[in-house]
Amino acid sequence: MPHAVSAEGGSEPPSPFLSPIRIFLNSRGDAALTDRVFAGLMLLSALSIFAIVIFILRQLIGSSQLSLHAFGWHFFFRSAWDPVSGDFGALPFIYGTVVSSLLALIIAVPLAVGTAVFITEMCPRFLRQPLSFLTELLAAIPSVVYGLWAIFVLLPLLRDRVNPVLIKTLGWTGFFSGYNLGNGMLAAGVILAIMILPLISSITREVMTAVPSNQREAALALGATRWEMIRVGVLRNARIGIVGGVILGLGRALGETMAVAMVIGNTPHISKSLLDSGYSMASVIANEFAEASDDMYRSALIEIGLALFIVTILVNGLARLLVWAVTRGAPARAH
Amino acid sequence: MASTAPRPYQNEDRRRGLRIFQSHFVTGLAVLATVLVVAPLVAIFGYLLFKGASSLTWAFFTQIPKPVGEVGGGMGNAILGSGIILGIGSVIGVPIGIAAGIYLAEFGRGTKLANAVRFTADVLNGVPSIVVGMSVYALIVMREKHFSAWSGGVALGIMMIPTITRTTEEMLLLVPHPIREAALGLGLPNWRSVLSITLPTASAGIITGCMLAFARVAGETAPLIFTAFGNAFWSHRLDQPIAALPLQIYIYAISPYDDWHRLAWAGALVLIVLIVISVALVRYAAGRAVLKGAG
Repeated sequence: MPHAVSAEGGSEPPSPFLSPIRIFLNSRGDAALTDRVFAGLMLLSALSIFAIVIFILRQLIGSSQLSLHAFGWHFFFRSAWDPVSGDFGALPFIYGTVVSSLLALIIAVPLAVGTAVFITEMCPRFLRQPLSFLTELLAAIPSVVYGLWAIFVLLPLLRDRVNPVLIKTLGWTGFFSGYNLGNGMLAAGVILAIMILPLISSITREVMTAVPSNQREAALALGATRWEMIRVGVLRNARIGIVGGVILGLGRALGETMAVAMVIGNTPHISKSLLDSGYSMASVIANEFAEASDDMYRSALIEIGLALFIVTILVNGLARLLVWAVTRGAPARAH
Repeated sequence: MASTAPRPYQNEDRRRGLRIFQSHFVTGLAVLATVLVVAPLVAIFGYLLFKGASSLTWAFFTQIPKPVGEVGGGMGNAILGSGIILGIGSVIGVPIGIAAGIYLAEFGRGTKLANAVRFTADVLNGVPSIVVGMSVYALIVMREKHFSAWSGGVALGIMMIPTITRTTEEMLLLVPHPIREAALGLGLPNWRSVLSITLPTASAGIITGCMLAFARVAGETAPLIFTAFGNAFWSHRLDQPIAALPLQIYIYAISPYDDWHRLAWAGALVLIVLIVISVALVRYAAGRAVLKGAG
């Protein structure tokens, strides 16, 4: 509903919801009817967004009944994955998803925040637009292209250059041991990090630009150096939003499918070593769902999808609330 | 008192030097981070051009994949298939997305329902695409007992809706109120005012939003694996499995054959060029005339 048109100098205050013009228009027969039909159609489309969420939830719950009843909650704590004998558990996939996503966050967060700080606070004006365009391009590259690049460029690089160094220096921790094939948990973490970087960086930039500039000016006026100004004036004010952006990145990493499926190695076992191969929730669905012939197998995969759906809904919801808490009431978004 | 004064100042000076050094150090770190972020981008585009361009031939666009061992072949059927699936997706996603955006900006502004819809749209944006593919599989493919082009289109359409809704809303919010008031003042009914005045005013921004959503789903592979499924031959039938560019890239990338790897790179180059063009157009349009005749 358009806002009330305030009658200039009118003695009677207009109704808070309907302008006099609107009341007049509403009273006109068919216009009132078509208006109502139009508004109804728009409302219906808006409600379809709820419908989609409910539809996904219903389909997933409905089609995973078999596995839900057969395994119950234990499904998520068992590591059996044997399609032949119909014995299923999701633990290796949950482990793979969580570890690769956390690894991605560890790599991506400092880089993303650093880039955002550089672009919004430090870089010369003429570089600002091109740099934010470049990071946006990074977000536009499809998952499968990242996967392709990872197979032919990243994996050889890790195998020949990075992993030997890691094994030599950090092999004693047990996190970097075993066969060095290039693919595995570490490769998945690195490619995920590259993929979620632009998202975290753009949210961080958004919340940092939402910090009023008098915070910066105040810090500078007190004699702060540039870094102190950024730390005290900007980052401290934007921290909740940045955490929101990081959680948003986590949500993206949890659900990322193709690139992970192409580099993680696709073996359902749990290993302490990050160089070892693993499997993730999304990639097991991508690899095995189309071939899952018997009902229990398919139902188990759908239950993994259901878990993924619920987790990403919760993670994204939390992140959005945090970002909103910071940017609400801020002036127009600036990228 | 006076004799003790210089010492603190000396300390101050040393501390200030340290602080300035710290500030420069952090600036250096930020530059390093930016370089590290841009590096993979350059590496990916470099490799795509380097590996993809040499395999881009006319045959790539006109032929279907050849069996392993035979030289040549192309992805013509996959490009056609992607076009068809994306067409279906847009037919579903664009009208619903724009209408939902109109509701948020024009009818529900500030209401609890609108806030809930906006929040749900944002959350839906983050739902993994493979989950959307799965539920469409359960709805359509399981029922029909075979993979089909239109189920793939439905999956992509669902994924387009939240993005388009949010950008439409944001663009409509930029339209100044006097424009709506002028339309209503001339006696236009509200629906006419929205469709012929407000919406065209924001059209440039809304079109860019649609293109952004289009570019996003154009590269989606995961939801197509078990809806469109892929097809080694020409197919334009909506009720049959159909090939799609990202799907074909995936299949070729994980295959052990060098010939197929070359085609995968060429396919990725084509896909990325399409996406980059639309993103660049979006930037251009968004930076320029978001609003026609108002601003």
